Amino acid sequence: MQEHDMTWVRTEMALAEPPPRTEAGLVAWIRKNLFATPLDSLLTVFCALVVAWILPQILGWSIFNAVWTGTDRTACLTVDQGGSLPVGWSGACWAFVNAKFSQFMFGRYPIEERWRVILTAVIFVALLAPLLIPRAPYKRLNAILFFAVFPFVAFYLLVGGFFGLPYVETALWGGLLVTLVLSYVGIVVSLPLGIVLALGRRSKMPIIKLLCVIFIEAVRGVPLVTVLFMASFMLPLFVPPGMTFDKFLRALIGVALFASAYMAEVIRGGLQAIPKGQYEGADSLGLGYWQKMGLIVMPQALKLVIPGIVNTFIGMFKDTTLVLIISMFDLLGIVKQNLSDANWATPQTAKSGLVFAAIVFWLFCFGMSRYSIYMERRLDTGHRR
Amino acid sequence: MKHIITGILGAAALGFAASAASADTLDDIKAKGFVQCGVNAAGLAGFSAPDDKGEWTGLDVDFCRAVAAAVFGDGTKVRFTPLTAKDRFTALQSGEVDILSRNTTWTINRDTALGLNFAGITYYDGQGFMINAAKLPGVNSALQLSGASVCVQSGTTTELNLADYFKANNLEYSPVVFEKQEEADAAYEAGRCDAYTTDQSGLYSIRLKLASPADHVVLPEIISKEPLGPSVRQGDDKWFDIVKWTYYALLNAEEFGITQANVEEMKNSPNPEIKRILGTEADTKIGTDLGLTNEWVANIVKATGNYGEIFERNVGTGSPLKISRGLNALWTKGGLQYGPPIR
Amino acid sequence: MAAQDVTRAQESNKTSPLYDPRVRSIFFQVLLVLLLVLGIWWIVDNTIENLRRSNISTGFGFLRGRAGFDISTSLISYTSDSTYGRALLVGILNTLVVAITGIITATILGFLIGVARLSRNWLLRKIAMVYVEIFRNIPPLLVIFFWYLGVLAILPAPRDSIGLPFGSYLNSRGFYFPRFIWEQGAWLVLAGLAVGIVLTWFVARRAKVRQLATGQQFPVFWTGLGLIVGFPLLGFVLAGFPLTLEFPQAGTFNLTGGFNVKPEFLSLYLALSFYTAAFIAEIVRAGIMGVSKGQSEAASALGLHPGKVLRLVVIPQALRIIIPPLTSQYLNLTKNSSLAVAIGYPDLYAIGGTILNQTGQAIEIVVIFMVIYLSISLLTSLFMNWFNAKMALKER
Repeated sequence: MQEHDMTWVRTEMALAEPPPRTEAGLVAWIRKNLFATPLDSLLTVFCALVVAWILPQILGWSIFNAVWTGTDRTACLTVDQGGSLPVGWSGACWAFVNAKFSQFMFGRYPIEERWRVILTAVIFVALLAPLLIPRAPYKRLNAILFFAVFPFVAFYLLVGGFFGLPYVETALWGGLLVTLVLSYVGIVVSLPLGIVLALGRRSKMPIIKLLCVIFIEAVRGVPLVTVLFMASFMLPLFVPPGMTFDKFLRALIGVALFASAYMAEVIRGGLQAIPKGQYEGADSLGLGYWQKMGLIVMPQALKLVIPGIVNTFIGMFKDTTLVLIISMFDLLGIVKQNLSDANWATPQTAKSGLVFAAIVFWLFCFGMSRYSIYMERRLDTGHRR
Repeated sequence: MKHIITGILGAAALGFAASAASADTLDDIKAKGFVQCGVNAAGLAGFSAPDDKGEWTGLDVDFCRAVAAAVFGDGTKVRFTPLTAKDRFTALQSGEVDILSRNTTWTINRDTALGLNFAGITYYDGQGFMINAAKLPGVNSALQLSGASVCVQSGTTTELNLADYFKANNLEYSPVVFEKQEEADAAYEAGRCDAYTTDQSGLYSIRLKLASPADHVVLPEIISKEPLGPSVRQGDDKWFDIVKWTYYALLNAEEFGITQANVEEMKNSPNPEIKRILGTEADTKIGTDLGLTNEWVANIVKATGNYGEIFERNVGTGSPLKISRGLNALWTKGGLQYGPPIR
Repeated sequence: MAAQDVTRAQESNKTSPLYDPRVRSIFFQVLLVLLLVLGIWWIVDNTIENLRRSNISTGFGFLRGRAGFDISTSLISYTSDSTYGRALLVGILNTLVVAITGIITATILGFLIGVARLSRNWLLRKIAMVYVEIFRNIPPLLVIFFWYLGVLAILPAPRDSIGLPFGSYLNSRGFYFPRFIWEQGAWLVLAGLAVGIVLTWFVARRAKVRQLATGQQFPVFWTGLGLIVGFPLLGFVLAGFPLTLEFPQAGTFNLTGGFNVKPEFLSLYLALSFYTAAFIAEIVRAGIMGVSKGQSEAASALGLHPGKVLRLVVIPQALRIIIPPLTSQYLNLTKNSSLAVAIGYPDLYAIGGTILNQTGQAIEIVVIFMVIYLSISLLTSLFMNWFNAKMALKER
């Protein structure tokens, strides 16, 4: 017996040692992401100081020190200004937003008719939501309802004037209502118009191409305010005397034309990205121009440029604020108009009103951009090689 | 493609059809059933401003109601288009509005180059300055404003007068020019400017909207003539006459003591002047010759009252603005308001 | 069915011109031109009729008329006696000033934030992301109002001005700082500057030639800086310090003297810079991410330190991706400068609007707007295209 011959075979796996404390867990994460190099540490400390300085101020102003209810400006004034708040107080005057909220939403739309706006909004959301959810059924019917039927329903509901609904002139519209109507019409008009312009720009017919190029480049080269200016000052001169356009309609035309030029460029990008083989394939199948474009090229091109289209929508949504320059009252316009209300004149009113408008615009734009990223990821799968 | 072209052709055809519409403003107005009136978009209390319920009120607004009453016998058949200083003339020229009644100064340039016809002067005004006396104690004349920043609305006669006044008096200033009145108001309130200049009536009205009106004083200097009145497009004398004589009717009604309250009993008045004005004279053709009914003045007064009543209600001593009649008193009381005879 | 096929075949055999694509295309184009001409004729006819009816004169002769209004901010001498044409010129210059300063600031800010978004530092990355997400999703007009009404309105009245270093002041009337007044002999400083720039250019060329030939580097940046600062300084000393400073003084109403940057300009400039910087940051981020990782790894392997990796390898390649979208951001900023009208900064659009109101020349003003904005856009595009071509990959 030779004891030393005995071998020892380990039959079970040794447990993995936990990684060194400095390489895993919270500490490691902090080391790696915040204090990797001396410069990093310096930056982190600096940033942390900035955040520590700003964040309490923002939170304090907007939430902890804010005034939420009140009937007039005294609610948001300090003692030395004639109110009851302590001297040196600084906080948001949400009471102002609260008091003006229905104006911010509807403008001067008659109070007893506002149910029409709300109903339109409900239909809008009911049609839009399933359209945005990729798995929801009946896409085609839904799209037809949303893009072709809804405009008429909305027009009837909002404007009225026949079948028992009293007429509401557009001069009374305002607030978020105007912002949304302008954007919706801009989107519904600019998409098809943009497609036509993009096709025209890539057309083999020289005159059509030239006209499209001139239109697109001229509109893209000037600010929207000049387009709106033209729509509101020149359009009346272009038509015969006695024929007038509603001011709102003129702004709509301006916004839609402007957006369609940008849309055309986005779609052109998509058209250019489609390989030539697709066009040739369609030709060899004997498809006509419109069949080729409608069945083969456009569906692929549009899918490619969905993020671009959504970005154009976001841009247009933000641009609707410019109608306040031609004295129409969109959300920003009506907020701004109310800032000069003597009943609410306090040092905090302007900031509160503008921040409120910013939050509303931000929610819409951020929502759209997130959705565009989501769609991009969803649609991307098929193209990855 | 063909469908598109057909569509375009159809649209073009429609456009041409619309161009055949008549150029007679009165017929157009009667056909559409209301008078379209351009008022101040910024809301100038006392002249044209929406009240809490969104109803337009003010002197300029009441004038439009008077015109509507003259045409339709009903002062409510009027719609208002809020206009800025910038888009007001285009709106009138293009036919978007039938009357521009928006504290607009009558100048020769506007009569000629801009193609307007002023129907009269509903308010004799002059440009002045307002300062915050609480912040600038000791300033009590516009001549002390050398070096000041002055808030003013762009594209108005006010802006030009301001430049002329400071130049003529060798004073320096820094203009802070805004496109819209409410922007100028806000900037003045925020302390961006030392002084605010516009028509004096406007200053009183704007002062009401400030957070602490008592701090602000209107300086005594009047640096310009600002005859404010309603205007119409050139080229339609018939409509021009109606608007012009609506204004004179308001003045005549005041002169002869016809008020909203007593207009019905006045119809039985034996005074031949009053009978002519109210259209109760036998075989009178005064109203019908204008293209209206013979009760047109009675209708106007019933709808809005006479000029004095409109003035008192909107800007006079009974209103928050508390402006005295001054130049706007009737000629019989030492003012300038003089209505040619209705006969 | 069969009969139909036969007829169809016969028709196509005949090759009727109706089915010739070329004939069709010519037909449609002629039709379109016809419609367009008709439409334009209709518009022109209506316009002439409308102008005639309301007695409005036409033509650009009004530009020689006396303007009669004052303008607060002007680069060139302007009084109310100047012409409408000069007033427009003031407006164009004001537009250019805010566009150029805005573009410079937005680019610097955008590059910093874009690089910060890719930083290894988590906190910095998140702060940059929050900045970008906030500013990208708010209308620019709101940002302008926020600066004008929200931030600058809190500044104190002139008599309680905030004193800043170097005799500068900040109050509700803007930012005041001392004005340089050059005296006799100041041309020597300018001449020195010119000499410095020319010499730097030569040094840079020589250094490049030498580096290509021998691989030896020469500190061009520091030499150039020395030359460009040194020569004017020399001129300044030689001319006997020909400079006095005019400090802002308290006047009755405002500070007088010194140089005054108006709050309207400040808020427009800050708003446009902050807003556009968010977009530029995204473009820069995308550009840097578009450079394959192998490039920076290879550069590191060659022993370049991180700063040089970024400056010599990554950025030049990223620029090719960055420049085209950057151009459109520059154009957007220039176009957005027309929002000045909302806060009363006298840019081209605001002054044009005033002139329109004084003269009623709507068509002429719109034509002027179109021509000037289009030329600015075109010039910017041309410059950026040139820059892009210069930066493009040179295949050898």
